[in-house]
Amino acid sequence: MKVTIDADICQGQGRCFSIAPNLFGFDELGNGVVIGDGILTNETLDQARLAQSNCPEHAIFIEEDR
Amino acid sequence: MTLKPPVEDFATDWDHTDPQWVQDPYPIWEDLRQRCPVAHTDRFGGGWFPATHEGVSMVAKDTENFTSRTVVVGNGRPDDDALPAPIGVAPPITSDPPFHAIARRIMLPALAPGPVNELEPQVRALCRRLLDNLGDHEIINGGMEYAQYIPPTVIQQLLGFPPEDEETFREFVHVIMEGVDHPEEQRVEEFAPIEEYLRAQIEDHREHPRDDFTNYLLNAEIEGNKLQDEHIAGTIILTLVAGIDTTWSAIGAALWHLASHPDDLARLVNEPDLMPVAIEEFLRFYAPVTMARLVKHDMEYLGCPMKEDDWLLLGFPAANRDPAVFKDADKFIIDRVENRHVAFGLGIHRCAGSNLARMELRVAIEEFIARHPRFELADPSNVTWAPGQVRGPRNLPIRILR
Repeated sequence: MKVTIDADICQGQGRCFSIAPNLFGFDELGNGVVIGDGILTNETLDQARLAQSNCPEHAIFIEEDR
Repeated sequence: MTLKPPVEDFATDWDHTDPQWVQDPYPIWEDLRQRCPVAHTDRFGGGWFPATHEGVSMVAKDTENFTSRTVVVGNGRPDDDALPAPIGVAPPITSDPPFHAIARRIMLPALAPGPVNELEPQVRALCRRLLDNLGDHEIINGGMEYAQYIPPTVIQQLLGFPPEDEETFREFVHVIMEGVDHPEEQRVEEFAPIEEYLRAQIEDHREHPRDDFTNYLLNAEIEGNKLQDEHIAGTIILTLVAGIDTTWSAIGAALWHLASHPDDLARLVNEPDLMPVAIEEFLRFYAPVTMARLVKHDMEYLGCPMKEDDWLLLGFPAANRDPAVFKDADKFIIDRVENRHVAFGLGIHRCAGSNLARMELRVAIEEFIARHPRFELADPSNVTWAPGQVRGPRNLPIRILR
């Protein structure tokens, strides 16, 4: 499972790195960036989903294992 | 002041300065969502108001069909020989692509979370000082004596303008935001002292450089060229307008809510971990800012026959109450976990100061409830709300309970 931020959609609303600072950070402009490789564990999946469901721009994507 | 007839039907004659809308716009928007959902008006030279999240979202992200040349609804249209699109009078908020991205990129690093977090101790000290000054008064005006004083000082420190000019800032903001109904010639006259003041400040910063946002703008370059003075002055006007009235309104509205909802106040006092989600719910439920666009060309849009230069009132606060997107949209839920609100707008014009505003709101509320864990509205029927595109309580008498 992996989380990504689409940089073309992200506008720097700042919700992801407030909700899940262990998964997301920000760049010089304040846009959200995924920390590390974005690979999720069962524990961090819920946090990623919470960040996703709070992103006003719908810029966060989660690829789940099938 | 021109006297306007009261609105009888907001679907065909909306007016965001009408007393009914100013006092309580939410039932109006809910009604429009159910039966329009895009309202029209012939006032202000013609305009449209989508009341749904979907409509607001479409327009906010559509820079092909709408221009940000001006974002405050008035009777006139902006004078093209002032500073025309794509730059506009207050870049980047009044800029369109492709210039918008350049102007915004210049601004954002100064307002990113890093530099904003560094300001937090100053903001906290300011809030404590204001509360100290109010002492043990039984009645505190949460709008005029507390919320109002926080953002101007923050912006004044950011810009490096003289501290004694705070009162002047508030007057400027009042003139710009609340004089939307004044005729064009009067607006030009009202703006003159603001422009003159900014010219003097820019000159002073050029001669005596220091470490602040004004000098940051003076040092900024676009493709090797310094910014034009008009660009710098425009961005400073933007900082004043967008950074003061708005945050003041957000802080005031949060205090108003807590003063009138003792259960929520008690929960926030007893469960400080709730603060981050509570802040987002304050922002959703009492989103202070409504923006505007101008229609670029005649077109059929959202099922409406829009004409070039029609206004498009972009109601982020209405989008935040749309039950199609928010469960129990008309309920304030202090621990709402999923909250995709659009208080700071959507798309390329997302509020550049959102990190700063959030921090000010959080610190202002944290400090107020730490000092006064119990309070109530002292005179509910005399609370007044600002008219126009920034909504928040102005007169807000609060009784401190001990």
